This record gives sequence, structure tokens and C-alpha cells, in this order.
Amino acid sequence: MSAEELRPILEVENLSKHFSSKRRGRTTVVKAVDGVSFGIWKGETFGLVGESGCGKTTLGRTIIRLYAPTSGTIRFSGREVSGKMTGALRKYLTDNIAMIFQDPIASLNPRMTVQEIIGEGLKIRGVTDESERRRRVEYMLERVGLQAEHATRYPHEFSGGQRQRIGIARALVVEPSMIIADEPVSALDVSVQAQVINLLNSLKREFHLTVMFIAHNLSVVKYVSDRVGVMYYGKLVELAESDEIYHHPLHPYTKALLSAVPQPDPHSEKSRRRIFYEGPQAVPEGALAMREVIPGHSVYCTEAGLAAYRRERDA
Amino acid sequence: MRVDDLSVSFRAYAGLVKAVRGVSFHLDKGETLAIVGESGSGKSVTMKAILGILPKNGRIDSGSIIYDGQDLAKFTEQEFYQIRGKKISLVFQDPLSALNPIMIVGKQITEALTLSLGMSKERAKVRALELMNAVGIPDCETRFHQYPFQFSGGMRQRVVIAIALASDPEILICDEPTTALDVTIQARILELIKEIKAQRGLSIIFITHDLGVVANMADRIAVMYAGKIVEMGTSDDIFYRPVHPYTWALLSSIPDLDTKEALVSIPGTTPDMIHLPPGDAFSPRNKYAVALDFEREPPMFRVSDTHCAATWLLHPNAPKVEMPELLANRIRRNAEERIADER
Ligand SMILES: Nc1ncnc2c1ncn2[C@@H]1O[C@H](COP(=O)(O)OP(=O)(O)O)[C@@H](O)[C@H]1O
Ligand SMILES: Nc1ncnc2c1ncn2[C@@H]1O[C@H](COP(=O)(O)OP(=O)(O)O)[C@@H](O)[C@H]1O
Ligand SMILES: [Mg+2]
Ligand SMILES: [Mg+2]
Repeated sequence: MSAEELRPILEVENLSKHFSSKRRGRTTVVKAVDGVSFGIWKGETFGLVGESGCGKTTLGRTIIRLYAPTSGTIRFSGREVSGKMTGALRKYLTDNIAMIFQDPIASLNPRMTVQEIIGEGLKIRGVTDESERRRRVEYMLERVGLQAEHATRYPHEFSGGQRQRIGIARALVVEPSMIIADEPVSALDVSVQAQVINLLNSLKREFHLTVMFIAHNLSVVKYVSDRVGVMYYGKLVELAESDEIYHHPLHPYTKALLSAVPQPDPHSEKSRRRIFYEGPQAVPEGALAMREVIPGHSVYCTEAGLAAYRRERDA
Repeated sequence: MRVDDLSVSFRAYAGLVKAVRGVSFHLDKGETLAIVGESGSGKSVTMKAILGILPKNGRIDSGSIIYDGQDLAKFTEQEFYQIRGKKISLVFQDPLSALNPIMIVGKQITEALTLSLGMSKERAKVRALELMNAVGIPDCETRFHQYPFQFSGGMRQRVVIAIALASDPEILICDEPTTALDVTIQARILELIKEIKAQRGLSIIFITHDLGVVANMADRIAVMYAGKIVEMGTSDDIFYRPVHPYTWALLSSIPDLDTKEALVSIPGTTPDMIHLPPGDAFSPRNKYAVALDFEREPPMFRVSDTHCAATWLLHPNAPKVEMPELLANRIRRNAEERIADER
């Protein structure tokens, strides 16, 4: 095993992103991401779940440096990418990590053709030959299940699922090694969600991608991911392999989330007990940290909490 | 309530939109009927026709909506006034647009009571606080005087439900009431709706695009596609014994927490409601389609006393086809769990 394979391709350490706003002289701070640490292995799909407002999008955007981190470090392939933004760092990031957005309508410029939208990233990366760009755009269109003829059309001529395919083609045309997919199917009809999920899965294999998959639907996240991180109010509260988190959820918020996921089974739904989470108990902030209950399964808790979780996990 | 052969169309720039095409169903007292379908399948338009709130360019082409011995399809605006928000109430998807942003929440509930029921102000306030309490809004006295923006999404939806309940309706129509909410909030609102139904003996029409949600709610389910009901049955019929390829597709395109197999995706997109394909509107996307599907629309075939579906596959001469493996596996898994539970 090479040194590269011993470390995750993406390492996030104690990352925070706080937004402060001033209103009537008073400053309020939103700790959108607060002391989050995790790693993503090459070729892995890492799922991130949590309810709206918990900081998922902010985390994704901070990783690709659409936001400057408040504190903490981010490393990609061993190189620190959380420092001062330079032209070289921007290029390194855009060459390596691409993002797919939730809203396929808002994220595509309505005045650009599909060719221009998908080809833009190539242009920025110095692919000046127009026929070369056209060839690569057409190739990508076919990879995502659209047709070469679609290149000359505008976004409004496509359905929601097709627009998301355009967004995927735009992300992949520059051959990134990692993609961050921020709720890529949340805005789509159920019948179309499966198309996009299956497409992402097969493209992931074809292009050897590492994927960070953000969503609020735990069934979908569990289905696509190797490992899952659960976020709650800016904190990562639980992290484990997806089967593990489903069979042995430990943090009360994860339990609440799992118990709320609607399942297509009337019998079990009717007898199902919902668990509600009323927020964390008051403990000194410093006492809380991500602690490993069993190898690969960590929970945000105190030392005493850890002992209890270990007993629960063994039971 | 009994809806019979209801058709609704819209005059649009590009042509006539046939949004609802011959929909029939009935709603028994005290039951929850779920109407499930993708966006654009005609769910909201059906409800708007029932409530007499179709947009100006829309009209009921045919059919009847019998409620309490009267045909709502022939009602004038004046007559609807006696029913809408009184006997039949509506809860929308988006609680923000249903509330007045610059009026305190308490007043919005008391208004429903004073204006439509002619209650005195004092009694209305007492009743409003009772309703807020009933829908699980904590600290009602304080909350009464607050504005909608001071409420979270889930709490706002509770306010909307309180307003809908103010007139003590017989039928509550919920049009995607939890689609905009997070799963844990959604779970609470669904529990609330179930509780209210049990306490008040309400009948509920519950509209959603998410089949998962209705497993917990519905007594019966109608699956809609392109303006038609394609399969209807009890909740068990639809989840454990589905027969229509569209229902199969809907069920096998979503993963549950046990799914490992590749999802079965439905190719293509929903049809253009102006230029519908000939025959069965689902046939271009249906991998089980038989030749006849492309020519003639299938009638409703009866599967059992509670279960019917519109697909030529149910014709005695049709080839025998099995549902997708993913779905068959899931149903088998669920049945095994059920048996284990019963032991
Ligand atoms: N640009 C911003 N300025 C100020 N606050 C923000 C900004 N972006 C997000 N937030 C706040 O940060 C928190 C996390 O938001 P977000 O990352 O969008 O959550 P999620 O994607 O999980 O729904 C929310 O409270 C949100 O209001
Ligand atoms: N005012 C309108 N004018 C023209 N077409 C409309 C109008 N309202 C709805 N439609 C069309 O009717 C069909 C059904 O819409 P709707 O009932 O809202 O779907 P849903 O099942 O998502 O609730 C759609 O094709 C929609 O475009
Ligand atoms: Mg987000
Ligand atoms: Mg609707």
C-alpha cells in the first residue's frame, strides 16, 4: 500500500465556518459549521445527513473554498487547501473537486446553451480549441444519458431530471477526482430520483470518483454511501459505516432521524415507535468530542457518555 | 363524498391541458384516502375542483362530486361559501403562503371563528387557544400574540392545521402538508394529523408524491398518473400486492433502509398533458407495455372487492409478468418481519 492510500484523500480537521451579521449594532454569530473533523477515502462515497440548516451546504462550500474557513484545516491529497487563497490554489481545487447543486434550475445560467454551460469549465482550464471542447461536451452528454443534439439547447427546454444531468456533466467534464453532490435529487420527482442516483453510481465507478453525497433523506444517503456522517447544528454527532449506523445508531439525534424515515411498509409503520430528540443536555462544551465507540464508529459525547455507548453497542 | 368520472381541463397558450381525465373515488366517513402521484399528475387540480377554487382558465368538463346529497361540480361560488373552510377544510404544502405575514397568529385563528362561524370575540379567543393546544403548540398564550415569522416551519404548519380545524370540518384535505418539512418534523405533523383524525372522526384526503409517507397514514390509496387513477386499493393492496406497472415503478424507484439492489428507474419523463400519447399515457415509459397499451386506454379491472387497476396486464389474455425483483424482495422481507413480529 502506498503512503497515499494510508491517508484519506480528503481530510477535514476541526473545521469551523461561522457567519456573523451586524444588526442595530449587535453582532450575532451563526456557527454553521463548528469543529467538524472527518476524512473521506479515495473511491469512497461519504454521505452527510442532517436537517435543513444544520450546516451541510456550508461544509461542502467551505471544502471547495467558496467560503473561507473560520478555523481548522482541510487537506486534499495531502496538500493543505484551507490557507490563503491564491490563483494556484483555486486552480488546484477546481481541477480536483467539482460540485453538483441541489437546484438544477437555479444553478444553470438560463442564457447559456448546454454546450456553453458544460464547456465553460474546459475553457477556464485552457482548452482553447473549440472543436475539442465540443467533442468533450458531446461525449459527456452521452455519458449522462443525454444526446449530442442537446448541446445547442437552453436549460429551460429540459425537465428537472435532465437539468440535473446537465449539472452532472458540467461537474464531470473537467475530470475531477472528487465530487461534492449537494442534495442532487431532493428537488426531483421520485421516479426521476432513481435515474439520477443510478447514474451517479455508475459514473462513480466509471471515473473512479470519490463522492461526498449530501442529503436530508436518510434512506437515499444510506443507499448510496459507504460511510455516513450525521450533522446536528453545525456539529458532526455520529460517524460510521452505513450498515453500522443503521443497525446500531447511538447518538439520540441519529436515532430520532432513523425513526422518522418513512418506510414503504404499512405494517411496520403502524407499529413503529417514533423517537424525538429535544436537543443536547447541558454539559461543558470542552467535555464533548468525537469519540470512537468501536473502530470506525464515532459519536460526539463526553468520556462518561462514551462508556455508556460502549455498553449499549455491546448489548 | 363520491367523485365520479371527473374531468378538468385548462385553456392554455399552447392548447388545452387535460389535467384530470375521468377520476372516480369515494371517501368514507372517518377514513384517510391518500392520493399519490408525481408532480403534474393532477392531484391538486382534483382538490381545487372539489373546493371550487379552480383558476379562471380551468373548468370541469364532466363528472360529479357528490357530497351530502349535493353535486359540488354544479355549485355556484355563493353555494361553495357554505362548504369551503367550513365542512371541508384545506391544509396546503406551504404554510407561509397560507398565513398572513403581518397579522398575529392568534388573530388569524380567531378570524376563522368569528367570520365563518359568527362566534363572539371572547369565545373565539378561548376556542383559538384550545385549538393551538390541540395541535401541540406550546406556550399558547405567548404564541397567540406572535407573527408567523417567529414560528418554525413545523410550528407554522400546526397553525395552519389549527385554522383548518377551527370550523370543525367533516373533511380535511391535506395537499402535501409535509413536503417542505424535515423528516423529524414531518413525523410529528403526521402523528398530529392521525391523532386529530382519531379524536374527531374526520375524513381525510391526503395528497403526496411520496409513497413512503402514506404507509403510515392511509386506509386506502389511489395512485394517479397523467390525470388518471391507475390503481386504487387498501394500503395493504398497494404496498403488498400492487399490480400496476406504474405503482411497481414508483415503489421500486425509492430505496428503503434495507435496499441493496440497483434501483429500478423509470425512463423518460411525465407526458405533456396537452399532447397525450395515444393509448395508455404511461405506455412510452412502461417496460411491461403490451401492444394494446399503445392503442387503447385500459379500463379499470377489478382485482378484489377493495382493489382495482387500469392496466391491460389484468386482461385474461395478457401475458403473465412479474413485478420487479427489488420490489418482490422487499415485500417478501417485510412479510418475514411481520411474521417474526407476530410470534
Ligand atoms: N452566507 C450565509 N450567511 C449567513 N448565514 C448563513 C449563510 N449560509 C448559511 N447560513 C446559515 O448557516 C446555517 C447552516 O446553513 P446551511 O449550510 O445552508 O445548512 P443545510 O445545507 O444543512 O441546510 C443556517 O443557520 C444558515 O442560515
Ligand atoms: N392554471 C393552470 N393553467 C394551465 N395548466 C394548469 C394550471 N394549473 C395546473 N395546470 C396543469 O394541470 C396539471 C396537473 O397539475 P396539478 O394538479 O397541480 O399537479 P399535482 O399532481 O402536482 O398537484 C399539470 O400538467 C399542470 O401543468
Ligand atoms: Mg443545504
Ligand atoms: Mg400539487
